[in-house]
Amino acid sequence: MADTATGRTTATHATRILGIVTLAGVAWLILFGLILSPADKNQGESVRILYLHAPSAWLAYLAFIVTAIASALYLFPKQHSLGWDRLAGASAEIGVLFMGMTLVVGMLWGRLTWGVFWRWDARLTTTAFLLVTYIGYLAVRRLGGTPEQRAKRSAVLALLAVLEIPLVHFSVELWRGLHQDASVLRPNGDVELDGLMLFTLLSGIVTFTLMYAWLVIHRTRTLTAEDMLDDVGLELALEERRRESIPHTIEEKGALLS
Amino acid sequence: MKAWWGTTRLIAKRELLVEWRSRIALNQVFPFAGIVMVMFGFAIDDTRLMERIAPGLIVLATMFALLILVQRSFAVESEDGALDALRTAGVSSSALFWGKSIAMAVQLAALEALLVVLAIFLYGSTIRPSGVVLLIATWLAASWGLATVGTLYGGLAAGARGRETLLPLLLLPVVAPVLIGATRAVEAALGARGSVADGWPWMGLVAVFAVVFCAGGTLAFGPLIDE
Amino acid sequence: MMEDAGFIVTSYVITFGGIVAYAWYVLRRGKKATKQLPDDSKPWV
Repeated sequence: MADTATGRTTATHATRILGIVTLAGVAWLILFGLILSPADKNQGESVRILYLHAPSAWLAYLAFIVTAIASALYLFPKQHSLGWDRLAGASAEIGVLFMGMTLVVGMLWGRLTWGVFWRWDARLTTTAFLLVTYIGYLAVRRLGGTPEQRAKRSAVLALLAVLEIPLVHFSVELWRGLHQDASVLRPNGDVELDGLMLFTLLSGIVTFTLMYAWLVIHRTRTLTAEDMLDDVGLELALEERRRESIPHTIEEKGALLS
Repeated sequence: MKAWWGTTRLIAKRELLVEWRSRIALNQVFPFAGIVMVMFGFAIDDTRLMERIAPGLIVLATMFALLILVQRSFAVESEDGALDALRTAGVSSSALFWGKSIAMAVQLAALEALLVVLAIFLYGSTIRPSGVVLLIATWLAASWGLATVGTLYGGLAAGARGRETLLPLLLLPVVAPVLIGATRAVEAALGARGSVADGWPWMGLVAVFAVVFCAGGTLAFGPLIDE
Repeated sequence: MMEDAGFIVTSYVITFGGIVAYAWYVLRRGKKATKQLPDDSKPWV
């Protein structure tokens, strides 16, 4: 606890507790997911992947929604508060990570259940699209400039994404509606879960939500600290400049006067 | 309202005049798109298949050319800080957005018409008489939709140092609805796949896209270029 | 069945491995930034 007393990390008492609870949740999930829950009658053991895949997707969507809301909360009030911008950025980064993992793990699951790594169905295609969109968002955040410039650019981009994502999703749904693929499972790949399996899935969602909270708090604090450092760095640089322009010695002052 | 429209027309005229004087779109971008169409032929090398997929190739070549046209549209501005000068002079961002979009749409429309003609010669495409109206409607909607989206994201990414590489990454995913919708609509109009009646909903999709980004762009363009 | 086990284990390793790696990255970056700032300027302390 010595770290928190001096504030030398992004941790606080609350996040330590959150972290411990999350770890317990992870252990719980692994126990139930891999061992205690039964195999599915249709999918067999591959349903165990679903206990990670579905919560992972849920977390990514949650993260992107938070980014959108935080962006709006930055942009629309008269007084812009950079805290919202940092939350938006942190959440988007987490969202990209989990969306990426969702796709990779999903491909493994797909290989087991459908026999293919990829299907051009609406859900997968829109998911891939979402991933690329937010990778672009993160790239825009790194364009440089003041935090306020970054915040405004990113916020506008995030809100444009809110506009375009449903449009793309709808387009893809319409498009894939032309191609009805037969599949062993129900067409959208959902599985009927009940009892212990449903419980495991819900535990996964709860655990991943806690994980998200822990990650986003730490990441936002880091962004806050980094912005502060940039400000301090800028102030120091200006101070240097100012000092260089002030004559220090009598000779310099004399040279100025004559 | 009259003043706004006057400003918009002025800006559109200016854009087209700059292009006419330099002929860059005409001499460079159009040939680029043409070469892309030829290269598709090399890569795919199957006459019957090419006629089938010609609409998709036309739309793809348009998308690639769009990237270059947008870069160009904003490179001209940043060379002399013209955009900032216009803003400081009190030109409204919406007039700027509409003016640039109109000019872009004109160039895109000319490009797309050229590509359809090329497809007829290179790929053996034919235009169904019953599909002409659909083709023209799609042509107009796609040109306007791509122009507004391009101008919007161009304002964000193009023109400034180190940002140009960001434009394709940002723009191409966003135009996916136009890629999907315009291709299906043109397929129907050219008789490559489906009936003309099948094609109209897809044109509708492109039109919705154009309306959404026209509105969104009008609002968002100002904040994006005011830095 | 055996191939299944490989895929399943890989999924768990990728998921939790990725999360742990990212958490590690976040904590390290956080420590690096906050170490250079005075305590009273941080809103969470």
